[in-house]
Amino acid sequence: MSMKLNTRQVDGVTIVDCSGRITLGEGSVMMRDTVRDLLAKGNKKIVLNLGEVNYIDSSGIGELVSAFTTTKNQGGELKLLHLTKKVHDLLQITKLYTVFDVKDDEAAAVKGFK
Amino acid sequence: MEQTVSYTLDSTLDTVDNAEEKATRIATELGFAEDEVMQISMAVREGAVNAVLHGNAYAPDKKVILAFERTPEDLVITIRDQGKGINLSEIPNPLAPENLLKTSGRGIFLMRSFMDVVEIRPSQTGTEVKLIKHVHGPSGGGKEGSQ
Repeated sequence: MSMKLNTRQVDGVTIVDCSGRITLGEGSVMMRDTVRDLLAKGNKKIVLNLGEVNYIDSSGIGELVSAFTTTKNQGGELKLLHLTKKVHDLLQITKLYTVFDVKDDEAAAVKGFK
Repeated sequence: MEQTVSYTLDSTLDTVDNAEEKATRIATELGFAEDEVMQISMAVREGAVNAVLHGNAYAPDKKVILAFERTPEDLVITIRDQGKGINLSEIPNPLAPENLLKTSGRGIFLMRSFMDVVEIRPSQTGTEVKLIKHVHGPSGGGKEGSQ
């Protein structure tokens, strides 16, 4: 299953609903382009909803890191929402789980922005 | 699966997906548990990414050789490229604080995390990566005499 992204606004926060695979190639490129476009348009409060992401490889992990640092460098904030067990475990073993702001409740994620 | 199967693949992104699919199918056929199948397929994907991107650098005249061997104790997977060979001493530790936010450099670490044995043999004519997963008990690897 290829990557699909859908963006929506909730109380000034952009939620990006992601589904499928974030892997080298199309999935990673879509993620990068979407975050870049959001930031270019001034949307600097971003939540990546990964609840339907069933597979991620090292390139996908790199893309999440890139999205996080790019947003932060532009004065924004990016959170991750609804990690599947596979993604959760990957972020744990790569020691990135504590780097990201990870939420399991959308309302709490939206309220958590400064 | 035959005792050994081998594939010669182009240096393309399709090869990465293809290698992963083959690993998933073979590991499933051999009876590995679902989480082990995932680990094996992911390790093979990372190995294929390294072979295609970093080893062969997408060169159309260079191939990736992917082989699966079933032994009584193990599934042994070999991925060989025809690149210039990697320098293992130059690969940074992705868990070091200064490397945590790097956007690449986690492939070999993930292979080592998911497989029981990972051997990397660089040479001037290419790099060979051997990935070994042990057969574990009745639920893994289609071990004879399973209950």
